[in-house]
Amino acid sequence: MGMAADSEFHVLAVDDSIIDRKLIERLLKTSSYQVTTVDSGSKALEFLGLHEDDRIHQNTPSVSPNNHQWRLQEVEVNLVITDYCMPGMTGYDLLKKIKESSSLKNIPVVIMSSENVPSRISRCLEEGAEEFFLKPVRLSDLSKLRPHMLKTKSKDHCKEQVDEKTAFPSPKQEGKEEQQQSNNNKRKAMEEGVSPERTRPRPNGITSVV
Amino acid sequence: MLGLAADRLRADTNRLLAFLFHQGILDEQFLQLQQLEDETSPNFVSEVVNIYFHESEKLLRNLRSLLMDKEFSDYNKMGIHLNQFMGSSSSIGAKRIRNVCVAFRAASEQNNRAGCLRALELLEHEYCFLKNKLHELFQIQQQRALAAAVRYPMQN
Repeated sequence: MGMAADSEFHVLAVDDSIIDRKLIERLLKTSSYQVTTVDSGSKALEFLGLHEDDRIHQNTPSVSPNNHQWRLQEVEVNLVITDYCMPGMTGYDLLKKIKESSSLKNIPVVIMSSENVPSRISRCLEEGAEEFFLKPVRLSDLSKLRPHMLKTKSKDHCKEQVDEKTAFPSPKQEGKEEQQQSNNNKRKAMEEGVSPERTRPRPNGITSVV
Repeated sequence: MLGLAADRLRADTNRLLAFLFHQGILDEQFLQLQQLEDETSPNFVSEVVNIYFHESEKLLRNLRSLLMDKEFSDYNKMGIHLNQFMGSSSSIGAKRIRNVCVAFRAASEQNNRAGCLRALELLEHEYCFLKNKLHELFQIQQQRALAAAVRYPMQN
């Protein structure tokens, strides 16, 4: 039935280091997530559709000149993973802006840092970060991401069911989560054949399928 | 014979890697990079390492021109370059280089210019050494790939 493959989860990775961007992208793709990488907090907010004054721009093309990967806020982002130390807007600043935004606050945010500073870690967690990873990030770290994204997915799915008043019976929320979990466990053992093409940018206006 | 050549090349790879790990030049993170290589991304390690080389040489040039400047006083700026270098080195498993960066940063925080110069020379040396070794490693791996692709006619 192909339910809830991880390739349906889209992660936005933010890091000013080109090497770390390449690494995190590879880690995420290996874990079968769709990935978009940006090199700054402000670009991250732009991608999420958030502007300085916290308004979401509806249907305004904001395409960066050389980067055809830019998309509007129609693209669903299931998790943001960001470096802490970045020039300009730090990962902490980005976290705050996301959590302060009514439209974005439910997106789980994970912070990465090369430095093990307890006060920094607790500050981020207090501000609403789901996880704090020490760099270099490992594949095993990424297994902690799925539960956070699943939580948000089933919330959205439930909301859609209520809104659309579907005619056919829909699975209970817990049942769906269990099914997703066991499917995900199966996926660990066997690649579902997610082709690399899926990680290329999608055409404008097409939302990700829940 | 093909089999022996492949065996020898594999032994060469293992010997080189063992040496690099044993000397503390590389650490486990490098293995993590190798594990991320597969059919969909068969050149991942060399791609990342080449980016690392490119970035590192830029950073080394910046550090050197900062320190060579007679009027140099911007230890802050040097610290920023060093943090970048530390981060990227740590990300590819270049343990020894990262450790030299740590010492370099300490000298920089004490505004110790002579110490910084010494650290920079050591850094340049370590970087050169690592670059040569990794090039060697990639060459062996290229030969292995070629050996695997060549077919010999069956002898009776």
